[in-house]
Amino acid sequence: MRTLFSFHGGVHPATHKAESTRTPITRAAIPSKLVIPLWQHVGNRSVPIVQVGDHVLKGQKIGRPEGKLSSAVHASTSGTVSAIDMQLVAHHSGLPDLCVTLIPDGKDEWVTHAGVDIAHTAPAELRHLLRKAGVVGLGGAVFPSDLKTDAHHHQMRTLVINGAECEPYITCDDMLMRERALDILHGAELLRELLQAEEVLIGIEDNKPEAIAAMQLAVTQAGYRKMEVLSVPTVYPSGGAKQLIRILTGIEVAAGVRSTEKGVQCFNVATAYSAWRALAHGEPLLSRIITVTGNVSHAQNFEVLIGTPLNELVALAGSQPDTTRHIMGGPMMGVDLPSGTVSVTKATNCIIASSPKLFPPPAPALPCIRCVRCADVCPADLQPQDLYWFAKSNNFGKAQEFNLADCIECGACAYVCPSNIPLVQYYRYAKSEIHARSVEKLAADKARERHDYRQFRIEREKTEKAQRLAQKERDAAAAKASFDANLAATENAQQQTINEAIERAKAQAVGTHALNTEALTPEQLAKIAAVDARRAKLHELAANAGADDEPPKS
Amino acid sequence: MFSSPFITQPNSVSQIMLRVLLALIPGIALYVWYFGPAILVSITLASITALATEAAMLKLRKRPIKPFISDNTALLTAWLLALSIPPLAPWWLIVVGTAFAIAVSKHLYGGLGSNPFNPAMIGYAVLIISFPVHMTHWLTPHAMSGVELSFIEQLNYIFNGVLPNHLTLDAITMATALDTMKTQLHLGLSVTDIRDMPIYGHLAGKGSEIVAIGFAIGGLYLILTRIITWHLPVAYLAALFATAGIFHLVDPQHYVTPLFHWFSGAAMIGAFFILTDPVTSPTTVKGKFIFAIGAGVLTYLIRAFGGFPDGMAFATLLMNICVPLIDAYTQPKVFGKKGAGK
Repeated sequence: MRTLFSFHGGVHPATHKAESTRTPITRAAIPSKLVIPLWQHVGNRSVPIVQVGDHVLKGQKIGRPEGKLSSAVHASTSGTVSAIDMQLVAHHSGLPDLCVTLIPDGKDEWVTHAGVDIAHTAPAELRHLLRKAGVVGLGGAVFPSDLKTDAHHHQMRTLVINGAECEPYITCDDMLMRERALDILHGAELLRELLQAEEVLIGIEDNKPEAIAAMQLAVTQAGYRKMEVLSVPTVYPSGGAKQLIRILTGIEVAAGVRSTEKGVQCFNVATAYSAWRALAHGEPLLSRIITVTGNVSHAQNFEVLIGTPLNELVALAGSQPDTTRHIMGGPMMGVDLPSGTVSVTKATNCIIASSPKLFPPPAPALPCIRCVRCADVCPADLQPQDLYWFAKSNNFGKAQEFNLADCIECGACAYVCPSNIPLVQYYRYAKSEIHARSVEKLAADKARERHDYRQFRIEREKTEKAQRLAQKERDAAAAKASFDANLAATENAQQQTINEAIERAKAQAVGTHALNTEALTPEQLAKIAAVDARRAKLHELAANAGADDEPPKS
Repeated sequence: MFSSPFITQPNSVSQIMLRVLLALIPGIALYVWYFGPAILVSITLASITALATEAAMLKLRKRPIKPFISDNTALLTAWLLALSIPPLAPWWLIVVGTAFAIAVSKHLYGGLGSNPFNPAMIGYAVLIISFPVHMTHWLTPHAMSGVELSFIEQLNYIFNGVLPNHLTLDAITMATALDTMKTQLHLGLSVTDIRDMPIYGHLAGKGSEIVAIGFAIGGLYLILTRIITWHLPVAYLAALFATAGIFHLVDPQHYVTPLFHWFSGAAMIGAFFILTDPVTSPTTVKGKFIFAIGAGVLTYLIRAFGGFPDGMAFATLLMNICVPLIDAYTQPKVFGKKGAGK
């Protein structure tokens, strides 16, 4: 007998599973229209590859995966595409998304399809086929299965198949295990082969004895020797992937760690079933088992085509007039759907028709009295009362420090809170704020980087400019200096020349005193004497004739 | 549109506190049996004062009155305070103490969930510091007093301060078992001599020891119904026992037995009802141990060496101060991070 482990805390809400397990799974009729969202998985929205007016066959791909993290979407039945537009979808955001609306022709005519020889097909090819078949995690996370079957070169010890189904009201996995155990096991074996895991452990809560018996019988029939069906104690949330891995293997996978790093991977039973149908029979993921329960006259499980409008489905179970809302999933983690007209998706495991009588609105919240009932039941060993305080006071740094990221939003804390505080809402708020801030921070970091570079560039240009300018100035100064020097030199030279000339002249002058007055001939001397005598006579006459103002006539 | 979870366990603060009040009833019943109905008068006075003060403070703080007044926390404070002070005290004593506890130590700190100190113990501390004499007039159990006041006579003393002609206060009141022990030890008597005095029973003080058992029974009920966890009371009583035991082993003539400490004073009511106030105690398991052990050791040290006969109230208040620090340093490792050395 294998030793099971336990996780901290957990709660025991009333299960309400008997209501919907009285009748076998019924195939829901083809609805009047199918509204198939193109974004039903984690990752990128698939891209529509059909046009309005196109006739499509059952199983025909209508949305191709976009990018690595994405999956394909198919026409759930044959019919005509009547619209490709934004519609309200079954998602907690309550926002519309791109959907393909299909009017069924009622023929349910299949596209040509066939399975592959799994044993003789390369693992990479099998993964590709899973992606093409739109197989995603059907436990609610809708993560593309092709990516989860890649162990990333880690040595895989255990493949955990999750049939715990711990949420109250939900019985789709229970019924699937009871009725289609063999296909689940074939799928599990296929996934084990892809992961190269040593063993397969199938965990089922002990409140599902029929499912456990059916699965155990099937293991014996199929003769899978590396496979074991284990009954685990009923305690919410044992069906959380991390919790079930812990129960079955004792391994704890912290937030932000891939379970494959620890040698373990986990798939839901319905995912194993769908993977088998996709590879062995070539059937893409077109339908799933959905529990319709709550405020209905006969709760039961249906095999429902993806895209079936909610109200048409609930009508099959006998909807009641006082139903006010519909919850997708269970009462602990489910989503209050924005409208009764949204259609079911790959993530829809359960629809609970709800009335104020079934789920009365919560009593007004009182302050936290630190009674730590929340911490006592937290399966992630967190201190919810502290996280609440930090979230409430927008102290997100502290919330992260206290491991808010490890919160799986199972709702156990809010379930036991005597003060009726909607704790999970506070954590979702804090998480989304932290996410928004990290996105903002990333953008801000990028912007800062750009800004810093710009500053750097401007600075660099400035420096370069300044350098150039300085160079220029230096050049100019140098030029001026040399010009001045030249000028000075020229001037000096000129002055020199002038001076020299003057000197020369002076020197010349010394030797050349009035050459024309020297060595005069006697006649010249006589002429000069005569001129001088005439001038003297004229000066004398002029001095005497001053009274009658008459110029002397000479 | 509200979000998941859509179901909740049917419990509320009001129900939890009501259970705690119910768990006090065995102790109160035994109290009445041994000491007469005066305690019911103080409980009633305290309850009326608490509710009136609570309503007035809620009104002043502009908070909705109905959800808070019906949470039963003010009543619990009132009852615990009434049980901590002598029942045959003038009426205004309990009124002043309760009003202070609710108005100052609870509402001025932010009301329900935000008070760092146990309100009942703050009320007790204020009274014992302000009116020490009134706080020593404890009733003598009828089994040994010989004289007994009728209910009317008790009421007459509480409200008018008048005793019947032939009686003095000393004839009907006495110091507590702890107080007598302390005084007589100071006077040089040995533990054995003191224990022979008529006020002592098998474990501790006559009458009061049985009342303590009543509180312990109520406490066990709280643990069994998961209103409180065992950590605080067990760690507290163990620490008190161990500390008292060490001293007793070293010198039995000067230090009384650990069992005497368990069943005297406020040890039992404190262990199960006062330390376990969720608002003022640590949230982590490790923190609870540190808190309760600290309170246990401090209770003993104050009783044996301090200036007050009992140490429960001050030990609680002193440890209340440390709670944020204790919580901060005793955070448990979360899922998936236990193996990692941090």
